[in-house]
Parts: sequence; C-alpha cells; structure tokens
Amino acid sequence: MRMPLAIAISIASLLAAFPAGAESERAISIATEGASPPWDGTDANGELYGYDVDVGRELCNRMKLTCSFVAQDWDGIIPALLVGKYDVIMSGMAITERRKQQIAFSIPYASGFNQFIVRKELGLDAGDTKQKVNLSTIGDREKTTIERLRSVLSGKAIGVLRSSNSEAVVKQLLGDVVTIRSYDSLDNLKLDLAAGRVDGGLADYFTWRDFLEAPGGSVAMFFGPELNGGLWGPGVGAGMRKGDRELLIKFNAALDAATKDGTIKALSLKWFKMDISPAVSK
Amino acid sequence: MNFGLIFDALLVLPSGIGLTLTLTVLSLTAGFLLSVPLAFARAFGRPSLSFTVLAYTYAFRGTPMLVQLFLLYYGLSQIEAVRASIFWVILRDPFWCALFTFSLNSAAHTTEILCRGLQSVPKGVVEAARALGLKRLQIARLVTFPIAFRISLPAYGNEIVGMIKGSSLASTVTLLEITGMARQMVSATFAPYEIFIVAGAIYLALTSTAVKATQILEQRLSTDGTPKQRRKARLRPALPDHEITTPVP
Amino acid sequence: MGGFAAQFTVAFLVTVSLALVSGFLGTAFGLLLAISKGTPAARFKGVVTTYTTVVRGVPELLIILLIYFGGTTFASKIAGRYVEVNAFTAGVIALTVVFSGYATEIFRGAIAAVPAGQTEAAKSLGLSTLQRWLFVVGPQMLRLALPAYGNLWISLFKDTALVSVVGLTDIMRVAYVGAGSLRAPLTFYLAASAFYLFLTTITLLSIRLAERRYPAFGR
Repeated sequence: MRMPLAIAISIASLLAAFPAGAESERAISIATEGASPPWDGTDANGELYGYDVDVGRELCNRMKLTCSFVAQDWDGIIPALLVGKYDVIMSGMAITERRKQQIAFSIPYASGFNQFIVRKELGLDAGDTKQKVNLSTIGDREKTTIERLRSVLSGKAIGVLRSSNSEAVVKQLLGDVVTIRSYDSLDNLKLDLAAGRVDGGLADYFTWRDFLEAPGGSVAMFFGPELNGGLWGPGVGAGMRKGDRELLIKFNAALDAATKDGTIKALSLKWFKMDISPAVSK
Repeated sequence: MNFGLIFDALLVLPSGIGLTLTLTVLSLTAGFLLSVPLAFARAFGRPSLSFTVLAYTYAFRGTPMLVQLFLLYYGLSQIEAVRASIFWVILRDPFWCALFTFSLNSAAHTTEILCRGLQSVPKGVVEAARALGLKRLQIARLVTFPIAFRISLPAYGNEIVGMIKGSSLASTVTLLEITGMARQMVSATFAPYEIFIVAGAIYLALTSTAVKATQILEQRLSTDGTPKQRRKARLRPALPDHEITTPVP
Repeated sequence: MGGFAAQFTVAFLVTVSLALVSGFLGTAFGLLLAISKGTPAARFKGVVTTYTTVVRGVPELLIILLIYFGGTTFASKIAGRYVEVNAFTAGVIALTVVFSGYATEIFRGAIAAVPAGQTEAAKSLGLSTLQRWLFVVGPQMLRLALPAYGNLWISLFKDTALVSVVGLTDIMRVAYVGAGSLRAPLTFYLAASAFYLFLTTITLLSIRLAERRYPAFGR
C-alpha cells in the first residue's frame, strides 16, 4: 500500500518544492468557497467577489499584506488549510467548537443566521418566519418550535452543504425523520431545489434570500424561524492554522479597528442590505 | 497515521458496500441486456443502423462518465418537459439517475466489446450451423453469441472492474456509497488520509474478487486443454500473469 | 457567457497539459517497471505486481482525493519543510500513478509476446543487453502494445475530469462553476462533453494513424 505513495511523494518533492515563506512581509492567500453569494461568489470571468472577499481585502490593506484569493470546495476547505495550501479561510465560516479543535478563529466579522426553505408546491404552513430561535438557549418556546419543525418536515428530503454546520444541525434536530442529501456546493443544491429533486434545504439566510429573488428561486419560500447559536456558534470568523499566532493577532487587531470605525457595517450593508456586523468588542 | 480513526473507518465504511454493489450489479445487468441487441445491430445491421449505434457508443466512450452523470442529473432536470414527463419519476431520485447514467455508459462499452467478439466468430462455424438448417435467430442464440461471449470475457472483466470503480462517482450526486461515506467521514473528522486508505482497501477487495471471478468463469468456459488442465489453471494467482489487458477505453 | 469562453480556453489548455505531462511520465514509469519486472530480481517483481494490482483496483477518484489531501502532509514530512502539492501537481501525480499502473501491465504483456527466439538470436549475434532492448525487443514490443496503449491515452483524457473534484480549473470545473452560477447546467455540460469528445477523437485518430504506420510485425 505504501509503495506507490512513497514513489508519488518523492515525485511530489521534486515537482513542487516551494519553501514556505516565514518572512515578515509575506504574501498570504485566502480561501473562499465562491459558491454562496452574497458571502462569496464567482462571476462569469472566474473572479471571486462578495462580502468575504471585500472584508478580506479591507483587512489586508490595513495589515499592509499582499493578499490573493483562491477558490476551494467546502468539504476540503479545512484539510487544505491545515496542510498549508493557503493561510486563511474567509468563507462565511461559523466559529464552532468542533472546528476550533482543528483551526484557530479570528474574532467574528459577521453574525449571520440560518433558515429552512421549502418548495411552495408542498403547501406547507411556513409558521412565523420572523421568530428568532437561539439553539444555545433552548426553553419551552424553542422546544415547541422544534417539535413543529419535526412534524411538518417529517418524510421530506432536505438538502444541505456537505460538512456544513447546517448539515450537523439537520442531523441533530431532524436526522431521524427526514432524508438528508449532502451536496458538494450550494449551487448544485439550488439547481435541485429548482428542479424539485429535494423538498427543502437549510443554510445561511442570505444565501436563500438571494436565491429566492433569482429567477429559479420563485419555487421556494422561507420556512420556520430564524435559527442561530447551537452548533453554529457565536458568528462568522476567519480561520487560520493554530500555529500562525502572529497572523491571527494582526488579523484581530485589523478587524477590531475596522469594526469600530464602521467599515464592516458599511460592507455588511453593501452586500446583505442589513447590518450583521458583530457587536463592537469592548 | 491515526489507528483509532482507521478502526472507526473500518466499522463505518462497510455500510456503503451495499449501495456500491447494488449500483454496480444493476448497471452491469441493465447495460448487458441493452448491449446484446445493440452489438448485433452494430456488427451485422444495415450500415445506417450500425452507424447509429456507433454514434451512441462513441459519444459515451469518448466523454468522462462524470460529465455524463452531471449532464443527465443536473442538465435534464433543467428542462420543463422532462420534469413534466413520466421519466421524472426515475430521474428525480439520485439513485435511479446515477443508475441510469451508469447503465447507458456500461451498455456503450459492452456493445463495443461484444461487437468485437461477434466479428471474431469464425465464418466457418456460422456456415456450418446454416448447413445444419438452423434459423438465423437460432444461430445467433446457440452459436454466434456463446462464442462471441467467450471471446469477449477478458475485456468484459475489465468493464466489471471499471464499473465498480466508476460507481464511486455516485458520491458526487449525494449518494452514500463507499466513497460517499468516506467523504462524509472526512468532513466530520478532517482526517482524509486514514479514511481514504480504508476506502481504497475495500474497493481493492471488491475489484480483486471480481477479477478472480471472471478468471474462474473464463477457465470454465474455455475449450482449450483437458478438463483436468482447466481445473488446475483455476488455482493460479489472479492478475499478475493475466494475458495482455486492454483497459476499458 | 463571453467570460466563460475565455475560461474554457484556459481550462482546455490545463486539461491538455495535465494529460500530456501525466501520460509521458506514466509511459516512462510504465516502461521502466515493465522492463525491471522481466529481470531476475524476484523481490522487486512482487513489489511491481502489488503496485499495478493496487493502482488498477482502486477508483481513480479515490487516488486523486488521497494524493491531494494526503500528498502535502507526506511530502512535507519527507522533505523536512513545507512542500506544496497543488491541484495540478496532485493531478499529475495521481494520473501518472494510474497511467503507469496500466502501462506496466500492457508493456509487460507485449514484452512477453515477443518470441523468445528473437532475444536468443540477438544474443547469439553478440548484441549487448542495451542493444537487444533498443533494436530487437523494443521495436517489436511497442508495435504489439500500440492498440492497448492507445486506449490508455483515451482513458487518461477522460480521467482528467476527476481532478476537477479537488478544485483544478480544468474543462469540467469551468462547466461545474458555470452550470451553478448561471443555472444553465445543460448548456455547460454539453459544452464540456463536446470538448472531451474533441480531445478523445484527436487521440483516437492519432493512434489509428500510428497503428497504420507501425503495424505489429508478422500480422
């Protein structure tokens, strides 16, 4: 089993021997998924855009670092960071305990929330879509809401992004009553929603809002309360390798400054048409 | 290398074997049934018919199965007429959609394999059958096809192995076969190395079994040598001294 | 749509160079392993056999995932410093491994198919080992291997599409991104199919030409 790998690796070292720069004025590369606008998307020229990209550029300007953005599929985004393919993840990634075991997070640069959508033709009662449910503090009211979600969605096929928190939440809350379909990209999940192959999906609110406003999205609607907390953690942060403490400190300083002077809020309004900047840290 | 994770993977991944085998066996069966008439049409049909079959096999053998899968899965579902039709019942489900793609792909390969076999059947045998007064369908069923099948068996063995491996693409359309299970495990543990190695070992066991099975079948159907020699030949090791292999193109 | 035309052009070149680099490296390794398998060193023979069995028995997709995700970790460990294995390098390594696995068996079979009398005759003429390979066994073996070897190249061009799964911007990847962002999967995947069909057709024609030019001796 090891033999071909040993050969492969010796070729690898011959083919791609690039030393890792540990110099002070290093150029950093930032990975983003590029398939979840308005967080991050890819335009027709293959260029990345979105809130993640704009915040990243802003922070790099403040840190006086040269930054480049690379696209990376979601299910490999943490392993590839760990092996050093890039230095930072900025991809609408929620700060969670499970991820913190692997990587370090900056302070939050957004506090998003999540929601189910379902296909309209199912004729489900959406309930109160403005109700806010924090899964970290479950009381009687939240329990009733979750029970309602379970009974209405029972037997439906729910699409989620592979290795996302939404996937974990659906498994936790509804795993025994729905069929979970895990997709490689949200774009593919949207295609299947439009085609009617899945009945609904759970993901970030803004991803859905953009989708529902787009031509193919008229088939679906929001369903159930706005969800956050729980497995989603305190908000969205930039991920870095745990060993990269110097970069993390720089990042946090720049982010703190950008939050305080309202830059982050402005970017949030630009992309989300709503202020989801994190509360200014004290 | 984390041995605890390897152990976990050994416990979890085998639950995907069922789906891998179901996909493989069903698509090979459907592909084979479809390919028999197509192979006859391709080998002995009118030029226009033969060319039509060639166009089908050429398109399916000349493009990656991943593209075919996405084309049928995401592409067809875009068309309103398809969604309104009866086929949507089948295409709506990822399992049936993957099975449909794999079957069409396998049929294309098998058609060419069988066609080559049919064309290699000695003319004299067919003439002899005709002299005995057999009808065309009887000749095809009793003489041409069995000989062609025997000739095609080594190449068909490669198609079987190719389909076991190709079924891993089902993971890209949300199915949880071995590779799908492995990718899901990787997303939970962030440990790709250990888990993919275990998945690879499972596939290796499956493909080796398939290779061995085809070889035994080859020996059993072989007409060379005495029955005793044939029995002895069955015990030879797999793969290494296998005759020159043509990979599934 | 115009932007995607430019992207497809670049992606086309990426796919072609990925295939050519891995194909030539794979051929070199395959030849080397096939020749060494013919030598008396029995222990090495077992290693080569294990290699070709494993490579041919495991899905290409899995080999690519393994080398992409595991490659950098291992290469860094061996080199003692950080070594990057990007999607292209991982693709080249994975496809070289796959290609050489099959090529070894094809070349080995072809070498075995060259009549033993040829080697013996060459020996009795006093040719050295190198001369025997270059002038007697080599040319005959390559002609025998040509049809199967050609199929291998066609498979290779199709296998390149799998590297898109780890993020290489090849034809398949551009189609995948375009299909998602413009919600037009049919158009994009049909375009991708056309590109691949074009590539495999060119390969097939070259092989046929080579086969006509260099037919196997005595056939």
